[in-house]
Amino acid sequence: MSEFSSFLLGTTIKCIVVIAVLIGAVAYTTWLERKVVAHLQIRWGPSRVGWHGLLQPIADVLKLLLKEDMTPGQASKFLYVLAPLIAFVPAALSITVIPFGNVAHFGSQTVRFQITDLNVGILFIFAVTSVGVYGVALGGWASNNKYSLMGGLRSSAQMISYELSLGLSVVSVLLVTGTLSLGQIVDLQGGRWFGIIPKWNIFVFPLFISFFTYFVSAIAETNRLPFDLPEAENELVAGFHTEYSSMKFGMFFLTEYINMITVSAIATTLFFGGWHGPTFGPLWLRGILPLFWFVSKIVAFLLFYIWTRGTLPRFRYDQLMAFGWKFLVPLSLANVVLTSLVVAWRA
Amino acid sequence: MVPLNYFLILAAILFCLGVIGFVMKRNLITMFMSIELMLNSVNLTFVAFSRHINVLSGQIFVFFVMVIAAAEAAVGLAIIVAFYRNRESLNVDEVDRMKL
Amino acid sequence: MQTIVFFIFAFIAVAAAINMLVQKHPIHSALSLIVVMAMLSIFYVMLYAEFLAVVQVIVYAGAIMVLFVFVIMLLNPREESHRTRQNRFLLVAGVPLGLCLMAEIVILLRRAPLGENETGRQLVGTTEAVGRVLFTDYLLPFEFISVLILIAILGAVVLTKREL
Repeated sequence: MSEFSSFLLGTTIKCIVVIAVLIGAVAYTTWLERKVVAHLQIRWGPSRVGWHGLLQPIADVLKLLLKEDMTPGQASKFLYVLAPLIAFVPAALSITVIPFGNVAHFGSQTVRFQITDLNVGILFIFAVTSVGVYGVALGGWASNNKYSLMGGLRSSAQMISYELSLGLSVVSVLLVTGTLSLGQIVDLQGGRWFGIIPKWNIFVFPLFISFFTYFVSAIAETNRLPFDLPEAENELVAGFHTEYSSMKFGMFFLTEYINMITVSAIATTLFFGGWHGPTFGPLWLRGILPLFWFVSKIVAFLLFYIWTRGTLPRFRYDQLMAFGWKFLVPLSLANVVLTSLVVAWRA
Repeated sequence: MVPLNYFLILAAILFCLGVIGFVMKRNLITMFMSIELMLNSVNLTFVAFSRHINVLSGQIFVFFVMVIAAAEAAVGLAIIVAFYRNRESLNVDEVDRMKL
Repeated sequence: MQTIVFFIFAFIAVAAAINMLVQKHPIHSALSLIVVMAMLSIFYVMLYAEFLAVVQVIVYAGAIMVLFVFVIMLLNPREESHRTRQNRFLLVAGVPLGLCLMAEIVILLRRAPLGENETGRQLVGTTEAVGRVLFTDYLLPFEFISVLILIAILGAVVLTKREL
């Protein structure tokens, strides 16, 4: 087998596995969210289908697939069908450059737990996610419904505004690490200071500020509470996906959760040492443990997401825009200046 | 390795389509998009030549063109929005009066 | 192999560009233009300009075209319909003009002494390489262009303000 075809085969297998795991993860994130929010509000949450409602996501997927697929009569048909796809594909694409684990050895095979390590990795993620805005905007426009249009406009304005502070907060990480490749960023975070504190970026001096700005703007980017203005149900029905039903709605739903997972994965990679964590035991366990650390860090972020959803009330739209432009953007700009001063002083 | 000529011809086709669009279309926004198409095709020739003669300057020029295009889009669309507010139309033939 | 890939994407790019001209509603034209830009970004990857390929998507598809789509959605204009007289003349004039231009370029290309690519050093436009040139040889233009974009921001704000 030539080098090219083995590369092709390996990458295809990795892609299929990652997509399958991702969709399964989304299904169980919805379960986790419903369960945790329910317990925060002193309810039980899903408990009928399976043990503690563990089969609930499967029932939900079946329900979505079997529902009648409706298209509003006045809608622009082509764009109406296209919009969920435009939203979904970039969300799934951006996971390709994230390293899930260290290089592992299974017998004679070496497996790298990353689909591809681009040397413009983080820029690639920004490029791909910036295309996702179209899905939301077009979905709202093509439905030919004023609530959808309002939701779409709000949502795209919000995503564009917060992309700015998202990008700026990543700049300071790049200043410290000096590379755009996510694989190298993770590699640089191995080891410890004084034998106890892990060398994660979050513990480097000004970077906790950029983590704060990153995570706040990431919550806004993924349209989650307290920034879920696009689907503020008590004023806009359901925002840009009001008219969507069946699996087309399912695509938007899937996109939202995949975006949450991606954003948490990037936060883990940039600030919390990616797959780094204590490893021990035999060789195969050393290969698997990084995966475990990576996944548990992501789950911690997801729990934080759900916690904020269960706790905080929604912003008003003008407050949201003012917060983004008058607080987050100046803060992250100042942080870039501060970080570059620190980097210059150390050099 | 794709020959340089292929890229140049492709860029030429795109540029000419941009010109045709600019002349034929009467909608301000579509005309503006035709200009963007022309800028993009010129960018492609820049990158192709930069690869051909092994000098990075071509790519730097493309970078500058992108910045200019962004500035142009911001100002141009602002003008279009202001125009639409006054005339309730996007037809370029109505831009013929010297006053509001 | 690469040539086949080139032809596939070139075909998509040209088809999308033609579609941009044929479509009546601006939002369909805008989407076609986005497809053209995505294809150009693939060509940049084929030409080893990886930084530009990513920036092409971020700036053009992610910022400029979003602005276009946004304005189209905000104004919600009707489809292009009634045609005035001067318009009809331009409709006839447009295609021959474009074809003339095309012929001119092809003739020029056939006469131009392009020469062969010297096979020694192959240039790759990584972020590092582009950044190095940008901040040494082209530092002054870079500073100027940042001032220019600041002016553009101010201009856009002033223009869209309802009363000054």
